Amino acid sequence: MTTISSMPLLQVEHLTMRFGGLVAVGDLSFDVARGQITALIGPNGAGKTTVFNCITGFYKPTEGRLTLNHDANHHYLLERLPDHDINWKARVARTFQNIRLFQGMTVLENLLVAQHNTLMRASGYSLLGLFNAKSYRDQADLALQKALHWLERIHLLDRADDAAGDLPYGDQRRLEIARAMCTDPLLLCLDEPAAGLNPKESLELNTLLTGIRDEGKTSLLLIEHDMSVVMTISDHVVVLDYGVKIADGTPDAVRNDPKVIAAYLGVDDDEVAEVEAEVGL
Amino acid sequence: MSTDMSSPSSTFPMVKSLKQAGFVGMVMFGLCVPIVAFRAEQNMNNELVLQSRWWLTLVFSVLAMIGSFLLSLYTHQKSHTAHSSAPSSVTKALSALAPRLTPLGFACVIAYPMVMLAINGPGGSIKWIDNFGIQILIYVMLGWGLNIVVGLAGLLDLGYVAFYAVGAYAYALIATKVIPDTFPELGFWSFWICLPISGLLAALWGIILGFPVLRLRGDYLAIVTLAFGEIIRLVLINWVDFSNGYAGLSSIPRPSFFGIPFNASEEGFAAVFDLEFSPIYRTIFLYYVILALSLLTAFVTIRLRRLPIGRAWEALREDEIACRSLGINTTITKLTAFAIGAGFGGFAGCFFAARQGFISPESFVFLESAQILAIVVLGGMGSLFGVVVASIALVGGIEILRELDFLKQVFGEAFDPSQYRMLIFGFAMVLMMLWKPRGLIAHREPSIVYKEKKSIGSDMVQEGHG
Repeated sequence: MTTISSMPLLQVEHLTMRFGGLVAVGDLSFDVARGQITALIGPNGAGKTTVFNCITGFYKPTEGRLTLNHDANHHYLLERLPDHDINWKARVARTFQNIRLFQGMTVLENLLVAQHNTLMRASGYSLLGLFNAKSYRDQADLALQKALHWLERIHLLDRADDAAGDLPYGDQRRLEIARAMCTDPLLLCLDEPAAGLNPKESLELNTLLTGIRDEGKTSLLLIEHDMSVVMTISDHVVVLDYGVKIADGTPDAVRNDPKVIAAYLGVDDDEVAEVEAEVGL
Repeated sequence: MSTDMSSPSSTFPMVKSLKQAGFVGMVMFGLCVPIVAFRAEQNMNNELVLQSRWWLTLVFSVLAMIGSFLLSLYTHQKSHTAHSSAPSSVTKALSALAPRLTPLGFACVIAYPMVMLAINGPGGSIKWIDNFGIQILIYVMLGWGLNIVVGLAGLLDLGYVAFYAVGAYAYALIATKVIPDTFPELGFWSFWICLPISGLLAALWGIILGFPVLRLRGDYLAIVTLAFGEIIRLVLINWVDFSNGYAGLSSIPRPSFFGIPFNASEEGFAAVFDLEFSPIYRTIFLYYVILALSLLTAFVTIRLRRLPIGRAWEALREDEIACRSLGINTTITKLTAFAIGAGFGGFAGCFFAARQGFISPESFVFLESAQILAIVVLGGMGSLFGVVVASIALVGGIEILRELDFLKQVFGEAFDPSQYRMLIFGFAMVLMMLWKPRGLIAHREPSIVYKEKKSIGSDMVQEGHG
């Protein structure tokens, strides 16, 4: 048991992603610890979303290894799995920077689509379901209960029958998180969950995310620009700049790291002179 | 004019519209005088005679006047409803009627052949049951089959007729070549044996085609499916040993009444049931067979929509990338939609071959695919009821043109309204694109309801790019 808890949930080792001549991510290694919120931050274009796309299978990394450890005996090499198996077998769920809900389907339907594989199996790949077998009905009922549980949690129960595209922006963000959570993930990857939220919604989001963490089943990895969110809720912060890791540690340690400050705020003029002297300009 | 239009409570400008209509009529008359009013024709002595056709000129002018008046009526109404987002009255009426229409519609389609028989007698009713009833129902079934692929899964398939052809040729070949050689005693049962085989073969072809093709998306998928439809037809034309080429396959066994054939013999349907022999019994029976097949398609579609697979199809239409992030295997999901849609096309093809008794590649041209797709698009993507309305309008409407003999009295003996079907068809399509670009039933019914059922407007629902 001790080995399981000490083993990180996700190990990213020497991840490199090149698009032609452009190195979007270069030799990046970090761990996502079990039961924690890990934040991936960095200036625009630092390669955060690329890392996400590699983890969730939308890109195949050029080099490197992504290991997801379920327990001491079950490991998944994410770079080798097709994207749908990364969710279904390795249990990694994600949300998107520009929200990708099924806008023409109701809020409730969105959450049921997320339970597709479980329900598909219960419906005997539609054969039992076609005849409305009891085993399927029971499972469908469970799926509905789970969807309603999440709707209650994100305070959208009274909008269950509305089209997802009709929801206000903040609700859509939370619905996307609920939809990802309906797949029972071990690792939930959130791509800028607080983007476009007002301070009140941002606070609600913090409660939701820390709640998910404290239940202990799901660990979180998030990309975020909103430093109030990052510094309040994350247990561990990884900072990227130009595809390279420049800092890795607790929020406090990262906040005071001169490299991070330089990456975000730029360097002082005298430091530029120092660098120029080194290079020989 | 501007004051009339801008005030919200303004009444319809009757005098102005009538003036405008009169002006349009005069212009039309003026245009028609040199073009329509005179006609040079040869008489019996081979002399050219000038005929005047003032009545026709008058008819055109009056038509133009009516058209102009209706147009101003329409634009006036539109300028008043444009600001409210409520759906138009026709849509509202249609969608409100839809649930109440179901039992009524059932009663109508079941009673239809009997009513026709009572009105027109055995001789006169074949035309009405066969050309209208069966023909429309075949297209309803094809429309519902294609609806699974295009309407639910959002995969644009321009070669659907290929699966129709696979079903038809499967029945024709098995019933004329395989069964007489191997199990001649099963001859009268051949339709019932081949029906599932045809469906399965078509579904298999759906999978074979789908596997390489479903990696493509949007326009590219449409082009490749179009090509596949043509390939099947060209193979049927050119592989003469297999399919008898252009000459087609004839004397295909007709369906039996579960083993009792419809013929004048001692064992025939009429003799067994102690009726006077008439071809009408077979026609009525075929009507009920295609009705049952269509209802099966509808039943399966309605059920599948509420199952995870149906929701996955619709989710795929909405956003494929999100589907992949939720663990849905998009390739398999697309393939099932393709295979099930193709399977229903195969059933319909098998029925078509049995009804015609003769098939040739000429029945499976691209125009058929286009017409089925037009039915689905016109009906509203994903709506079963819309497909029925569109089939009646498109297939029944074209058939009814043949019945409009009274028009000959207006336009002369040589006038054949059915020659104008493509013109009317195209015109109707243009009007639909302007008036209701998302089809007649342009809203989506949710597949599951928690508290209150709310239909989702077409502006929200995606058309699919997969």
